[in-house]
Amino acid sequence: MKFLLSAAVSLFALSGFAFAAEPDPAKWDEVLKDAKGETVYWNAWGGAENINAYIEWAGGEIEKRYGVRLVHLKVDDAAKAVGTVLAEKAAGRTEGGAVDLIWINGENFASMKREGLLMSPGWAEKLPNWRYVDVDNKPTIRTDFTIPVEGLESPWGMAKLVFFHDSAKTDPAAMPKSADGLLAWAKAHPGRFTYPQPPDFVGSSFLKQVLAEKIADRALLQKPVDEASFDDVTKPLFDYLDVLHPVLWRSGKAFPQNYPAMKQLLADSEVDIIFAFNPSEASSAIAAGELPDTVRSFTFPGGTLANTHFVAIPFNAAAKAGALVLADFLISPEAQARKQDPKVWGDPTVLAVDRLPDEGKAAFAALDLGVATLKPDELGPALDEPHPIWMERIETEWKRRYGAAN
Amino acid sequence: MLIRLGPPVAILLLAGPILAGLAGTVLPAFGYLPALGGTSFSLDAFRQLPAEPGIGRSVMLSLGVGLVATLVSVSVVALFLAGWSGTRTFARVQHLISPLLSVPHAAAAFGLAFLIAPSGMIARLVSPALTGWEQPPDLQIVNDPLGLSLAAGLIVKEIPFLLLVSLAALQQASPASRAALVASLGYGRVAGFLFGTWPAIYRQVRLAVFAVLAFSTSVVDVAAILGPTSPATLSVRLVGWMGDPDLSMRFLASAGAVLQLGVTALALAIWVGVERAAAMSRDMVCEMGTRFRRDGAARMAGLGAMSFAATVVFAGLATLALWSAAGLWQFPEALPREFTLRTWTNVLPRIGGPLGVTLAVAAAATTIAVAVAIFYLARESETGRAGGRGALALIYLPLLVPQASFLFGLQLLFLLAGFNASLPALVLAHLVFVLPYVFLSLSDPWRAYDRRYDAIAAGLGKSRLRALLSIRLPILTRPILVAAAVGFAVSIGQYLPTLLIAGGRLPTITTEAVALASGGNRRVIGVYAFLQMLLPVIGFAIATLVPALLWRRFRALRV
Repeated sequence: MKFLLSAAVSLFALSGFAFAAEPDPAKWDEVLKDAKGETVYWNAWGGAENINAYIEWAGGEIEKRYGVRLVHLKVDDAAKAVGTVLAEKAAGRTEGGAVDLIWINGENFASMKREGLLMSPGWAEKLPNWRYVDVDNKPTIRTDFTIPVEGLESPWGMAKLVFFHDSAKTDPAAMPKSADGLLAWAKAHPGRFTYPQPPDFVGSSFLKQVLAEKIADRALLQKPVDEASFDDVTKPLFDYLDVLHPVLWRSGKAFPQNYPAMKQLLADSEVDIIFAFNPSEASSAIAAGELPDTVRSFTFPGGTLANTHFVAIPFNAAAKAGALVLADFLISPEAQARKQDPKVWGDPTVLAVDRLPDEGKAAFAALDLGVATLKPDELGPALDEPHPIWMERIETEWKRRYGAAN
Repeated sequence: MLIRLGPPVAILLLAGPILAGLAGTVLPAFGYLPALGGTSFSLDAFRQLPAEPGIGRSVMLSLGVGLVATLVSVSVVALFLAGWSGTRTFARVQHLISPLLSVPHAAAAFGLAFLIAPSGMIARLVSPALTGWEQPPDLQIVNDPLGLSLAAGLIVKEIPFLLLVSLAALQQASPASRAALVASLGYGRVAGFLFGTWPAIYRQVRLAVFAVLAFSTSVVDVAAILGPTSPATLSVRLVGWMGDPDLSMRFLASAGAVLQLGVTALALAIWVGVERAAAMSRDMVCEMGTRFRRDGAARMAGLGAMSFAATVVFAGLATLALWSAAGLWQFPEALPREFTLRTWTNVLPRIGGPLGVTLAVAAAATTIAVAVAIFYLARESETGRAGGRGALALIYLPLLVPQASFLFGLQLLFLLAGFNASLPALVLAHLVFVLPYVFLSLSDPWRAYDRRYDAIAAGLGKSRLRALLSIRLPILTRPILVAAAVGFAVSIGQYLPTLLIAGGRLPTITTEAVALASGGNRRVIGVYAFLQMLLPVIGFAIATLVPALLWRRFRALRV
């Protein structure tokens, strides 16, 4: 047994000796040449059928145009893909890794960057389509949860926390305007609100939204957690949850597993208010026949969390050139416009539409964003994401306090 | 030569992966895993285990749900056999139940969840007319803290399995003469069966009951769909730890897998106690001398419970089918506002990959399993030595050891050997579970074969191999194909082995369906569950049709 293990490990170590030259996105023609015939294994959250369909479409396009095959590995948490890369590094597998591209942001990006698991040096800002990316007005493209991106991941879409309700069943004027308002509303309507069970990222984001509103000094969140004061600083959040949980759906003893499961609860009238990280999510759901066309969006006037989601290439990816081609295709005006169409997915673009060539401008102008989507000026202020370590600490604390609610 | 190799190959295929896997689980549990920096033995992981929030409750849930599900399924099957064996109703119900065996656990669990949820089909049918519910009540039915819906989901799937296993035993127990004997002593039908015939049947199906218990205490997919979430059962949490990006959690997961082994062993020990208690109370009741002649109520209860279990599964599957073609369908509407094929047209083009993997793995594992089973049984016929109890226990071994306990280790070994996520590895992992079922399904008809055909062949100067190929195998075409169909169905239903060994690289219909279940998109789940169900049905249809066509001119072989 011992012999077997060590033999296997040394085999991996041996295979790691031959280093291939890294593809350089500055020489794009060579990247395209290298990429031809490669298969890109993309680890991306696979819990939403419309997103899976979009990824399928992107795969078909890059195969047709660049001869790159795409395999979508559906994961339920990007952290698992990070775990795979980490395991490979531990086993000494420095090339030919199982993961070529990861859909990622926040704490997973932070831990990959910290552990040296990302393809470097920074490549994202050398991609041909980078010139259209809106770095001036979208600061979260270069700073991911307070961590400098430095071109180690390429932006894919924008996210902002938005709430939805069915205007045929609940009065738009009665909808809460802050976390405190939400608590008061939940108390008045017991069992009609819930959130996905952390560590699901939408559920964890709800915790961060409450923390950002309730914390005494919001600037603390931009720095790593100070363990000594963690309990004091987060006390308002957990006091809030202690009051909220008894009036949640199922009295806080069960939670939906993720956003789509929570969306189904709204469709079933099991809850009255849900929230998502994508402003046009409700319009997409209406277009897909999953929610009634009376669903509308609202946000908090005091601001809600906003961030950017990215794709990153692991240091040991087997198909780096192919992954670069895919990352570049994903920020092409054509792919971004299609992604923002609520009938397809409805995920907001990372591009500056006014800088696009006419054809791209027209594609965005032709989009019908849907009845339930708020206009950009109605979305309210953006709250910065806390340093990623906050999310990890809050999730652990949540599990300790509420993970065994029964 | 090939035939002589049958038994050792079968033993290697069954016991090899389990022992290797257990070693790969136990060593990390005690801190030994050089690839992750664990080079010395320690009890740290076991010390960390009790500190996990709610771990005690998770253990109790696994134990309690497993025992309750087993007890109820065994009781229903016993009561139904007692009240109705040998009747026409029995034959009818048996035909109704048999196809349920091929429905994968996950599909049945989805169906049940859609049926009983507060916003589910039953609530929709009676709302708002009878209940006044304009919105679903805030009741924790699915994912309930006591695991009752999980137990129910297991019961409705284990009843068909136990019934079909008992039927084989029933035929060997000469039930008619036993029934005549106890009837002549004046016993009622149910009591007479339980006193006179059931003990003989139970002795034969005991290992199958143990398998049900081991499965129910360690199931992952059904528990993830129907089971409690805060905290979840031990098995579900194990798989969560195993997938944790923090690799040091692997030590904890391995320790948890050892704990799972202990939980299942404890459940089996408790069950042996339950058996003793049941036997003692039977003897006591028996000695009282009461004949229980008026047992109409007990008979109806047996029939009612059995039909109810079957109806629940069928109704759940029908609801799934409805969802797969539903447009907007809000509570409390009993039917969707509109029907659309959009989900099907969206999903079908993307289902090719998983479908291909599912079929390839199922076909390969089934072919190998059938070949190994035939070689094993052929060798047994040649030597005239049936394996006896030891061999039977070995065949049941993969069904008795909790899946998580050895699959973790097997995954690790495959990973270190660079063999993970490959088709052969997946086939091997499936084979461990397919082989026992193929074996159990084929051995009875094989042993019932009239050996005088072999004698005639030998008299005509044919070799043993020739007699096997030209006479025995053709005569046994139907049971062989049925065994293959059983193996095929088992392979399609495999969740945990596929998830762990394929590492997401080789998705099958079942892993996709369970992954989608967390997203709660009932329309898509409906499509996947429908396919999950359809494939085994096709397998069984082939097993029925091919021999019928092949032997249409041979009266004695007609079905």
